[in-house]
Amino acid sequence: MARISASVYTSHVPAVGAALDLGKTAEPYWQPVFQGYDFSKKWLKEQKPDVIFLVYNDHANAFSLDLIPTFAIGTAAEFAVADEGWGPRPVPKVIGHPQLAGHIAQSVIQDDFDLTIVNKMDVDHGLTVPLSVMCGQPQAWPCPVIPFAVNVVQYPAPSGRRCYMLGKAIRKAIESYDEPLNVQIWGTGGMSHQLQGPRAGLINREFDTDFLDRLIADPEGLSKMPHIDYVREAGSEGIELVMWLIARGAMNDVNGGGNKPKVLHRFYHVPASNTAVGHLILENN
Amino acid sequence: MSLDKPYTDVPGTTIFDAEMSRQGYHLNQFCMSLMKAENRARFKANERAYLDEWPMTEEQKLAVMARDLNRCIALGGNIYFLAKIGATDGKSFQQMAGSMTGMSEEDYRNMMVKGGRSVEGNRFTGEKK
Repeated sequence: MARISASVYTSHVPAVGAALDLGKTAEPYWQPVFQGYDFSKKWLKEQKPDVIFLVYNDHANAFSLDLIPTFAIGTAAEFAVADEGWGPRPVPKVIGHPQLAGHIAQSVIQDDFDLTIVNKMDVDHGLTVPLSVMCGQPQAWPCPVIPFAVNVVQYPAPSGRRCYMLGKAIRKAIESYDEPLNVQIWGTGGMSHQLQGPRAGLINREFDTDFLDRLIADPEGLSKMPHIDYVREAGSEGIELVMWLIARGAMNDVNGGGNKPKVLHRFYHVPASNTAVGHLILENN
Repeated sequence: MSLDKPYTDVPGTTIFDAEMSRQGYHLNQFCMSLMKAENRARFKANERAYLDEWPMTEEQKLAVMARDLNRCIALGGNIYFLAKIGATDGKSFQQMAGSMTGMSEEDYRNMMVKGGRSVEGNRFTGEKK
């Protein structure tokens, strides 16, 4: 049977992708950001996951205001890299895993989460920046990726609670898949940031630190945090952090088995452009 | 019963909810059209003519031409859509975000390097700083 071995959490700041694409990683501004992923790149190479289930949000690229799915699962064989207006990032196309994705969709919908099934979708920096920081600049991504897009553009995003419970349903789906696949689940976005209005540039280190602590130790309690706390404390775009709860909800310890996950890596840095960068790797224990 | 909107007292912040989305539909879809290179070229060649192809309000068109992002947001624009205008102009996300704060580009960048805007005094409208 397939199993989830680990979860990875990371911000997906577009400027981080641009810094990598333009060869600026050694610049003093960017060096500390990329150093935070040195361990992670090595670890991922050793782990060789068979599939990455990657939770992210689209930023008005695949989805305009014509269609705003709250949860969308990519079931295609491959996904092109979006042109967000600056030209597409020079990164490999994303190879999907239609069989597992279809299996997850069928299972999760029957568990009362009404996913939108997407067979054609370009993927933006929300998905490709996490791959870049974790994999560097390979000719091809190391394994198939199932894109899972969450609406955080038009308010309301799904609640933290809903995301956390969805993570559990995704886990159940993955664990009922016959092939013995090593699956990782990634939650991306955040941490504190606000990109709009006179309050743009908001960063809240204390909130972020507390969020990381609670995500590790008390995800159940953290999942009950209302939207307004994210908006007020972590900035209007900080609400992306609800996506981390999907990945956390899929871990052993909160599904009736296993100890607390092992914290393999934890990193936090301000700033990357307008945003606080946070990163965690949790391994099932 | 009306909807609970607990986010209206967050200073300097507009939450892009269903009401804003309805107001800004054509403005945001215009922005979306700038993802195509040929549309970017047509927009740059004659902004007014390009904007007149969209059923946007006059106020929205003027806000776009003035590159007044705060005004665009007040009229229903969403930052991820408005970013397409910035991309067309060759601006970074940091330049766009900074342009809404009343700070110079350099001051905004320096504020971010020093750890960003503090949440203290920035949680509630009218709160003492």
